[in-house]
Amino acid sequence: MSKAADTARTEQGIDQYRRRFLGRLAGTVAAGATAGPAWGGATLADAMGSFFQKHYQQMTRDEVTDALRRIERKAERRYGVKIRCTEAPAPDDVRFGYALNISKCQGYRDCVSACVRENNLGRDSQVQYIRVLEMDRDTQEVESADHYYDPATVPVEGKYYLPVQCMQCDNPPCVKACPVDATWMDPDGIVVIDYDWCIGCRYCMTACPYWARHFNWSAPLLDAQEINPETNYLGNRPRPAGVVEKCHFCTQRTRAGRQPACQEACPTGARIFGNLLDPDSEIRYVLENKKVFRLKEELGTEPKFWYFTD
Amino acid sequence: MTLLNFLLDGTRVMFRGGKAYWLWLLALATIVVLGGYAYGIQLGDGLVVTGMSDQVSWGFYIANFAFLVGIAAAAVLLVIPAYVFNRRDIKAVVLIGEGLAVAAVVGAMLFVIVDLGRPDRLLHMIPGIGRFNFPDSLLAWDVVVLNGYLALNLAIPLYVHFCHYRGQEPVFKAYFPFVVLAMFWAISIHTVTAFLFSANAARPFWHVALLGPRFIATAFVSGPALIILLLQLLRRTTRYPVAQSVIDTLSIVMTFALQISLFFVGVELFTDFYNETSHAASLRYLYFGLEGHNALQPYIWGALAMNLVAVVILMIHPLRRRLLNVACVLAFVGIWIEKGIGFVVPGFIPTPLGEVFEYTPSGVELAVSAGIWAVVALLFTLLAKASIAISTGEVRAERSPGPAQITSA
Repeated sequence: MSKAADTARTEQGIDQYRRRFLGRLAGTVAAGATAGPAWGGATLADAMGSFFQKHYQQMTRDEVTDALRRIERKAERRYGVKIRCTEAPAPDDVRFGYALNISKCQGYRDCVSACVRENNLGRDSQVQYIRVLEMDRDTQEVESADHYYDPATVPVEGKYYLPVQCMQCDNPPCVKACPVDATWMDPDGIVVIDYDWCIGCRYCMTACPYWARHFNWSAPLLDAQEINPETNYLGNRPRPAGVVEKCHFCTQRTRAGRQPACQEACPTGARIFGNLLDPDSEIRYVLENKKVFRLKEELGTEPKFWYFTD
Repeated sequence: MTLLNFLLDGTRVMFRGGKAYWLWLLALATIVVLGGYAYGIQLGDGLVVTGMSDQVSWGFYIANFAFLVGIAAAAVLLVIPAYVFNRRDIKAVVLIGEGLAVAAVVGAMLFVIVDLGRPDRLLHMIPGIGRFNFPDSLLAWDVVVLNGYLALNLAIPLYVHFCHYRGQEPVFKAYFPFVVLAMFWAISIHTVTAFLFSANAARPFWHVALLGPRFIATAFVSGPALIILLLQLLRRTTRYPVAQSVIDTLSIVMTFALQISLFFVGVELFTDFYNETSHAASLRYLYFGLEGHNALQPYIWGALAMNLVAVVILMIHPLRRRLLNVACVLAFVGIWIEKGIGFVVPGFIPTPLGEVFEYTPSGVELAVSAGIWAVVALLFTLLAKASIAISTGEVRAERSPGPAQITSA
C-alpha cells in the first residue's frame, strides 16, 4: 500500500473516531441525565471493578468472568461492537514453536496485515507485531536493513527478507525486567501480558533484544467494521491506553488448535508453526532436518523462533 | 506532644520569611503549577504527547531520573567526613546535604511516576496488594533502594533536629548505625540505577561493566558542584555559618571525580572505536551521527567541552580559587547532559533491529520536567529553611535548656 493511501486511511479513521466521540459525548450527557453515573466513558461500577481488579493469575473464576464481561462492555461502549472475550488457557502437553523459511519469504508483508486485522492492532498508531526487514543478500547485519521498503516491488534483486516478531524466548529478558509480574511465560511457552496489570513503565521494551514489544502511546483506534470480535484476555482483545503489547502467537487461534494468522496469510508457505513436543509435527521435522538458526543467540534468550533455508 | 510541636514549629518556620523568600517560593510554585497543568494534558491524552516512540521508549524523564539519583547519592560525600572523620566544619552542614538528598530522591521518584503509562496502577507494585517482581526486576530493586534511602534521609535528620529543638545532644549510639547504613545505601542507589541500564544485554551501549563506576564518578562531580553552589548561596542569604574549609574539601573531591569521569569517557571511546563493531553504533550516533541523524552531537560535544574546561579550572589552584563557581556550573550542566539525555537516548538508537529513529522532547515533557525540578527546589528550600532555623536556635522548644551548639551534629 502506498504512503498516501496509508495517510488517507488514518485520516478517515481519525475522522470516524471524532464523529463517534462526539456522538458518545452526547450519549454520555443524555445517559448521565437519565440512566446514572458515567466515569471516563465507563460506568462507575466498571471503573471501580477495573481499578480493584487483581493480577490475572490471582483472580478467582468469578473474578475472571467479571473481568471478561467488563472487557466486552468496554469494547461496546468504545467501538460500538459486540465482541466475545474468552479466557483461552494454555493447553496441556503443548510447547509452541515457529520456523520461518527465508528462502521462500518474498517480503510481501501479507503476514503483517493479517496480524494487524486478527489482533485488533491500533490503526492510527500503525503498531505492527511483525517487522519484515529487507536485507542485503551478503549479510545478516540488521543495521543495513531497510524497514520501510515498498512491498509493491518485491522481491528486489540482491535482497532477502527477514520477518522479525516476538521470539517467545524460553529465557525471556522482558519477563525478568517487569517490576510487577505483568508479563510471564505460560506453560505452552508463549510469553503473555496482562494488559490490565501492566503499569506502562516500558522496562520490558528496553530489555527486549528483538524490538518485539510495543506501547500504546494513546488509546488504540479501531474501525468498528474491522474489529475481530473473537478475542481472549491475554491476546487480541482491544487494549487500553498506556500499556505494552506484543505478538502472542495468536493465542486466541493457536490454543484452539488453529494456525496463527500470519502463518495462514503467508502466500509462499514460508511459515511453519506447531507443537515442539509432538514428534510428528512439521516444526519438529524442520528442526531435525534443516539447517536452522536463531537471531542473537549469543544473548542467551533461547528463542522458540527459528529461521532456515531450503 | 513535643514531637507534634516540633513538627508544627518546623512547618511554620518554613513559611516565615522576607519578601525575597516569598517571591522565590511563589516563582517555584508557579512552575510547579504549570508542570502540573502539562502533566494533566499528558494524563488525558496519553504519553503520545511526549516525543517518545516505540523506537526511543525512554527519554527526558528517565534521563533526569538517572541524574537526580546521582545528586541524591552525593549527599554521602558530606555524611562520611562529618560522621566518620568527625570533621566539625562539615558536620555543621551535613543536615543540608541530607535535605538535598530527600529533595533529589523525591524528584527522581516523580520522574519515574510521570513516565508511567498507567500511574493509576502504581499500587500494583505494593507487596501484598500487588505483585512485586523482587529480586528479579532491577526496577523493583530501584523502588526498594530509593524508598529506603528516602526513609533514612528523613529519619536521621528528623532525630537530630528534634534533639536540637529540645536543646539536647543527639545520642551518638542511637543514630550512628543508621548513618553507616545510609552511607552504603547512598552508593547502592546509584549502583542499582546503573544496573537498571547495564542489565540490558539488548542494549550494547549500556551493557558495559564500566557503567556502575561511571555513574558513581559523575555523581561525585554533579553532587558536590551543586552543594558548593547551594552552600555559598545559604551563606550569603542566611545566618548559617558555612566554613570555607567545607567548600575546599568538596571542590577537591569534585576535581578527583571529574578527572576520573573524563578518564572513563576516554576509556569508552577507545574501546568502542579502536576496533569498531556494530556494538559501537550508539556511541557513533551520539558523537558523530548515524545515517545523517545527529541530534545529540552538539550536546555531547558541548558537555565534553564544559567538563574539560571545568577540570582545567579545578586543577589549577589560582583558577580554582577564582573561578570555582564557573567550574561548578559547567560541570553540573556537562554531567547533566552526559549522563542524562546523552546517556539514556543513545541506548535506543539504533533500535535492536537497526533502525535509526531520533527523539526530541516535546513541550509537554519539558514543562512537566521543569515542574518536577521546581518541586525539588521547593522541597530543598523548605527543608533548608527549617533546618537552619532549628540549628541556629531560632526555633526552640519552650523551656529547653539554652541554645545548643550547632557544630555538634
